[in-house]
Amino acid sequence: MLECREVTKKYGRKTAVDGVSLKLEPGRIYAMLGPNGSGKTTLMKMIVGLAKPNSGEILYNGSPVGVASRREIAYMSTEPYFYAWMTAGDVGKYYRDFFEDFSMEQYERLLSQMELTKDLKAKTLSSGMMAKLKIAVTMARKAKIYLLDEPLNGIDLLARDEIVRCVLDAASPDVTLVVSSHLVDELEKVADTAIFMKESHLVSVCGIDEMREQSGKSVADRYREIYGHGGVEQ
Amino acid sequence: MDYNPSIPIYLQVMMSIKRDIVTGRLALGEKLPSVRDLALQYTINPNTANRVYKELESEHVCFTRRGMGTFVTEDEGMAAQMKAAMAQELVDEYLKGMQKLGISAEEAVRLIEKGREDAADQTENGP
Repeated sequence: MLECREVTKKYGRKTAVDGVSLKLEPGRIYAMLGPNGSGKTTLMKMIVGLAKPNSGEILYNGSPVGVASRREIAYMSTEPYFYAWMTAGDVGKYYRDFFEDFSMEQYERLLSQMELTKDLKAKTLSSGMMAKLKIAVTMARKAKIYLLDEPLNGIDLLARDEIVRCVLDAASPDVTLVVSSHLVDELEKVADTAIFMKESHLVSVCGIDEMREQSGKSVADRYREIYGHGGVEQ
Repeated sequence: MDYNPSIPIYLQVMMSIKRDIVTGRLALGEKLPSVRDLALQYTINPNTANRVYKELESEHVCFTRRGMGTFVTEDEGMAAQMKAAMAQELVDEYLKGMQKLGISAEEAVRLIEKGREDAADQTENGP
């Protein structure tokens, strides 16, 4: 299990994440929602250990996150991080060198499932293909926690379907998946828990089906309440 | 499948499976997909898929054989009962909608009969 305790991160004078406390449990798929600049990416980067909180702590199975936890936490960033000269095959080798839990077999399976081939060059890929390549190489790791930052943005419906499928495929009782997005509808069915971030704060964490049962509200309804009307809750 | 945003997803998937049983798309005693495959088929969360089977089981619409998976009930009466319940739901919905429009139950029944006659005429004089 992963736990954030009163985590705060500042970049200069700007506070990117402010006092966030959050528990992420295995067997769940979390939708991390919020507009751009609400702190989603910074929070993910801290969980994976790429950024250090100014205060507060992040624990993975009881120990602070760091080099050891990185072996079990996979992170997919929004920015493409491959060299332009790389082919999809090179990307796989690159990952294999970095991560012990990377499975070339699984990578090849995912590539073919997404209709990509190993000889495709990174620089020639469309944004949809790049999104699929990024997800394939990330999900080819056998991690315990997957943090996917905006995997569905700026790509067509069919590519989105395949990525959602890939996420569902990775779900298992001992795995935690966190998917950030501002595309609420896409995640509504797939996630079981919604995390709402707003202006660097955690606004609420709620079970999606419970919310429907208790208040007849969908995630989209709740999203509008939190972020709409100039941010004033009604 | 399109989802209604105000009804819990597990209920909507349960409804869809029941409809498949009533219409015969799923046969009595037929093996249902694994939780994992159900999740992929409906693109829903696996925990939701798990809940779908649990709830269907508690309603005796399906049952689990240890180590073999989940199956549609073998009880014919069950399918008939589900069909009756679904029909009743449609009737209730119709009457409620009519009431909202200020149309009495008697008038609503007459409108149904008229609708049926019109449909019959159309098939007689059809293209």
